[in-house]
Amino acid sequence: MTEQAPVLILLFPFLTAIVVALVGIRIKALCWPLVLLSLASSVWASLSTLVRVLESGTIRYKLGGWEPPFGIEFRIDGLNALVAVTVTIVALLAAIYSRDAVLTENKDKVSQYYTLFLLLIAGLLGMVITGDAFNLYVLLEISALTSYALLAMGNIRATLAAYKYLIMGTIGASFYLLGVGYLYIKTGSLNMVDINEQLVVNHLEGSSTILVAFILITVGVWIKMAFFPLHAWLPNAYSFAPTTSSAIMGPLVTKVMIYVMIRMVLTVFGPNYAFEVLNWDNVVVWLAVIAILAGSIGALAQKDLRKMLTFLIIAEVGYMVGGVWLVDETGMIGSIFHIISDAFMTLCVFLFAGIIYTKTGRRDINAVDGLFKKMPLTMIGFLVGAFSLIGIPPTAGFFSKWYLIQGGINSGNWEYVVALLFSSLVNAVLFFRIIEVAHFGVKPAEGHDAHHGDHHAKISEGSMTQVLPLLATAAIILSIGIYNKEIVSIIQDFVSQFNLVAGI
Amino acid sequence: MTPDTIISFKPVLVCLVSLLAVIPIVLLGKKPNLREGATFAAGFIKFGLVVSMLPAILAGTKIEFTIWQILPRLSIAFRVDQFGMLFALVASSLWIITSLYAIGYMRGLKEHSQTRFYSFFAVSLSATLGVAFSANLFTLYLFYEMLSLATYPLVTHHQDKEARTGGRTYLTYLLTTSIGFVLPALIFIFLKTDGGMDFIGGGFLRDHIGATEGLVLVLLLTFGFAKAGLMPFHSWLPGAMVAPTPVSALLHAVAVVKVGVFCIIRVYSGVFGLDFMADLDLGVIITWIAAFTVVTSSLIALSQDNLKRRLAFSTIGQLSYIILGMALLNGNGATGSMMHIAMHAFGKITLFFCAGAIFEATGKKYISQMVGIGKRMPITMAAFFIGSLSVVGIPLAGGFWSKFYLLQGTVADGQYIMLVVLLVSSLLNAAYFFPISFRAFFCKADDSLFEDKVDEAHPCAVIALSLTALATMVLFVYPEPFFSLADAAAQEFLNF
Repeated sequence: MTEQAPVLILLFPFLTAIVVALVGIRIKALCWPLVLLSLASSVWASLSTLVRVLESGTIRYKLGGWEPPFGIEFRIDGLNALVAVTVTIVALLAAIYSRDAVLTENKDKVSQYYTLFLLLIAGLLGMVITGDAFNLYVLLEISALTSYALLAMGNIRATLAAYKYLIMGTIGASFYLLGVGYLYIKTGSLNMVDINEQLVVNHLEGSSTILVAFILITVGVWIKMAFFPLHAWLPNAYSFAPTTSSAIMGPLVTKVMIYVMIRMVLTVFGPNYAFEVLNWDNVVVWLAVIAILAGSIGALAQKDLRKMLTFLIIAEVGYMVGGVWLVDETGMIGSIFHIISDAFMTLCVFLFAGIIYTKTGRRDINAVDGLFKKMPLTMIGFLVGAFSLIGIPPTAGFFSKWYLIQGGINSGNWEYVVALLFSSLVNAVLFFRIIEVAHFGVKPAEGHDAHHGDHHAKISEGSMTQVLPLLATAAIILSIGIYNKEIVSIIQDFVSQFNLVAGI
Repeated sequence: MTPDTIISFKPVLVCLVSLLAVIPIVLLGKKPNLREGATFAAGFIKFGLVVSMLPAILAGTKIEFTIWQILPRLSIAFRVDQFGMLFALVASSLWIITSLYAIGYMRGLKEHSQTRFYSFFAVSLSATLGVAFSANLFTLYLFYEMLSLATYPLVTHHQDKEARTGGRTYLTYLLTTSIGFVLPALIFIFLKTDGGMDFIGGGFLRDHIGATEGLVLVLLLTFGFAKAGLMPFHSWLPGAMVAPTPVSALLHAVAVVKVGVFCIIRVYSGVFGLDFMADLDLGVIITWIAAFTVVTSSLIALSQDNLKRRLAFSTIGQLSYIILGMALLNGNGATGSMMHIAMHAFGKITLFFCAGAIFEATGKKYISQMVGIGKRMPITMAAFFIGSLSVVGIPLAGGFWSKFYLLQGTVADGQYIMLVVLLVSSLLNAAYFFPISFRAFFCKADDSLFEDKVDEAHPCAVIALSLTALATMVLFVYPEPFFSLADAAAQEFLNF
């Protein structure tokens, strides 16, 4: 069974999606257990794949037994094994949370919702493990189409927001497809590793077709990951969506696109081409700096809790794009590590936002009014995520920054270092604003004896399926921080083969 | 012959005790007497553990324990040396007395959320001792941040508008400086030294950085540890005075602020090395910065009518004495500087206890309302007088010794301007403290704002402040073990 694990990662959610679609319409109550079962199996499959990769190196899984470069190949190395584990675990935790949320927000569309949900996960996982550039496009569209629907199922404004995202997402995907088309014209191959070999063997570095392909692919991926200034679709799309949709897409979609970018840069085009022939790196790092600043400042201006978080995603995307284009080994390690830690951090705060919304029915920051007393466990989970986004040791977020800032110093990109520190401070302001409201109430008393009226007399801790995934995420954030050395050594094994300027 | 280093779990245990104490404190939340019993139990165990390590440390042994290797070549690790022991003794002994005081104060005023209060108090103490025993810069930073966050609920305990403002100032200053200054400096050092960050006697930066980098790093780290209250990053301390007085007393006269200066001294001695700082002429710059803070804060203190604010500004000045002493980069200066951590702690905590006792008993916060209060609260005001003696540095109180060594430190290298600074500041200290005692006891009967009837604060509070006042006087007669620890640590910093 473990030999088939790579494909099972993807097949569990994919096949269960069909089952849920068929069975769920009759028996609503079966949906949630089925989803959990399939995602738990998927977690198992991804973990056993990771173990195998660590034991015996890169896994090449030929779909249907066709030999690459003609057949489609799943190619799993240290990088995407880690990302796949992240995706499956995040999906499982979000799925556990979804029980109450879906039943309240989309109660007449439960089976449809879960079908789309599983297809989205299948698409994302496929993008992570595939070794074929065109196959990646197909899976990109699967996840994109499902995500439009998942986002549009939110409130009345979600439809328009999802429509805007549809337009932008389609443009991005088309750019990508066009780029892959140009690559195919020049190299005659769609297999990622094979494309790279053809580029080197045929000395295609000077080809303007390849240049256009590279630019199209990069910009296409940037649109999909909401890299500033191509981010405008994201805040509304994610903040008006059902809470489960934003809890799954906020952490995963942008992160998977970052993975695609890194895969394109390192495996398909190769660092020599991406960084040296084009000589873009300084420009891109500056763009990343602007993305970080814009995301942070944008977040400051928001009163809506989820919208604030979406701007943070934009800033975090800046972290990772910048880290890649620092052209430094430690910076690259930092970016990849941040994919993992940011996925869990974002999940944590979006779960929190979801719980607050289902419990209070409010989406603004002041909804947390006095909640330390009412929902202590939820608040503890939230605090860990918030501290991680601020970068307090020993949370995961601290170590992302630790590696990224090292990369910035190593490569002399001080503007990037300053931007990271600035965004940490802005995050501190953002989260302590929430903590303040939760601690003091919206309108604290003037004198120190006349206070503590019950703000939300009826609010209490959420159900187990809401609180447990939040606390589990918090625990994972802490363990990623404490075990960062182990995770980083896997990433370093992967990155070191590319001979970026030495770090650490 | 004692071994050089012992591997022992004790330092970890010292930190864990108060952290674990949170569990019984929360569980016993409904039974205040048992809950406070848990605090005391943790306090005594903690203090006992610290004292049990004292003989070995006095004999020159170091106690080490590595908890977890978190980065390549970098661990979360503890190492107890004389300097750390000195600070640990001060903090853990005063925690017990403060707990006693807190019972009197919190119950006397019927404060809310006392369980939360005692829980975070215990966490703060864990972080403080973690800083004291840190073996490297990374561990130090970890506990430093933990302390900032754990003290926030204490500072903002009242949960009113004033507390919110104070809390904002508190976090803004502490987090901005630690994330903005210390963290990049930390990563820079990590890169330059290839991961070596363990504190060692002569520092480890000598072969890794040049003069300009040295200057930038020393400034980043000196101002970055803003808990030390060096101007212009001092405003959080007066702002934090919105906290209940036990918090101001232990945290903002002893634990938090001393953690700030502790970190700075660690950086000077263990990261740069005092002789390397002398080679780069960094000591002179720091002494001037500190001297400026010493004089300015004393002048500001003169103009404060709110007693706790006056004490806060006095603390800012006294903390800069400690930095100034260490930046003199000689033996006497270093000894005086480290002794001052202990001596000032006992003196200043007494003053804060008195300020809190006055507030609890009479509701008065302002000095102008305290005319004639000596008749009503004679024990408290006598303790206040002893505490101010110690802070000014007059014999019969422990503060004399640290000032004595600091002054010797300035004379030794002919830094007479610093001598003048210290003397002028002592005069200013006297000018802002003694009138309070004087007017409390000696005023015309018509001017007195209080009836001629003894009515002290809650007995727990009175016992606590008498104990610390007594300790201040004992330290004058017998300044051990603080003198031996400071002296041995200074020797080690200079002759490694």
